[in-house]
Amino acid sequence: MDLTKQKKLDAFLLGILLIGMILALYMAFLGAPRERTMGDLQRIFYFHVPSGIVGLLAFAANFVASVMYLIKKDRKWDSLALSAAEVGVMFFMIVLVTGPIWAKPVWFVWWTWSPRLTSSLVLWLLYLAYMLVRAYVPDPERRAVMSAVFGIIAFLDAPIVFFSIRWWRDMHPSAMIEKGGIDPAMVPAFLTCSLVFLVLLVYVIRRRLFLESARVELERLERAANLVR
Amino acid sequence: MENVDTMHYLFAAYAAIWIILAIYLFSIQSREKKLRDELRNLREFLEHRPDNRKKA
Repeated sequence: MDLTKQKKLDAFLLGILLIGMILALYMAFLGAPRERTMGDLQRIFYFHVPSGIVGLLAFAANFVASVMYLIKKDRKWDSLALSAAEVGVMFFMIVLVTGPIWAKPVWFVWWTWSPRLTSSLVLWLLYLAYMLVRAYVPDPERRAVMSAVFGIIAFLDAPIVFFSIRWWRDMHPSAMIEKGGIDPAMVPAFLTCSLVFLVLLVYVIRRRLFLESARVELERLERAANLVR
Repeated sequence: MENVDTMHYLFAAYAAIWIILAIYLFSIQSREKKLRDELRNLREFLEHRPDNRKKA
């Protein structure tokens, strides 16, 4: 895809995103009913949970791209893996910041070492470490292989985060969207916000990927000009 | 729990979401600009460097 088409697609995605965000905010604050016990505070749910979902999807994209890099040895997969990991870290940061803000008035603690919270924090730290590994290995091929292996191992924690509330006793309500979990009146707002966050995930990964492509091009030119070893 | 006391937590959570998103998007934007400038400088350097002139 040429640059003009890419920019047009980015502008289109941004337009969808802006309209979607307004709709998501409307649904979260006005469209969804007021929860019986938590009141308006429960509205944190509509951005907190979709952030977690798209964060896990970003880490899944990193896993797939890491596997593909090890098979194909194509730098494009490495760039996608890095972009997905960085974006995943950003979304999980939202989860880890909004979670305690929600927990304090409901559970009366900012943080508790429950399985879901602990595994989420570990996952976030693993991908932070993934980015540190990348920052400290100068050789591009070695960096790509090492980080691909690290990314595959780090992703082992993702199923633990997802299933932790089913496998162990946790303060988190289990299976929010399963039957008997979330109130049917809250489903449209939840689905709208999840869909908007999905578009946001695609948009941000595309932007980050574009940045990484420019960095790879700079690295290639510097090597061609013998400016670096 | 269903009172005004919890409203500042709701405000704090949504403010945190927008701040994190804005900082990240701004960091992408500024890194992109820096890289674009570096690429342009490098291309100019390559075009005008002495061994290129000799070849020409």
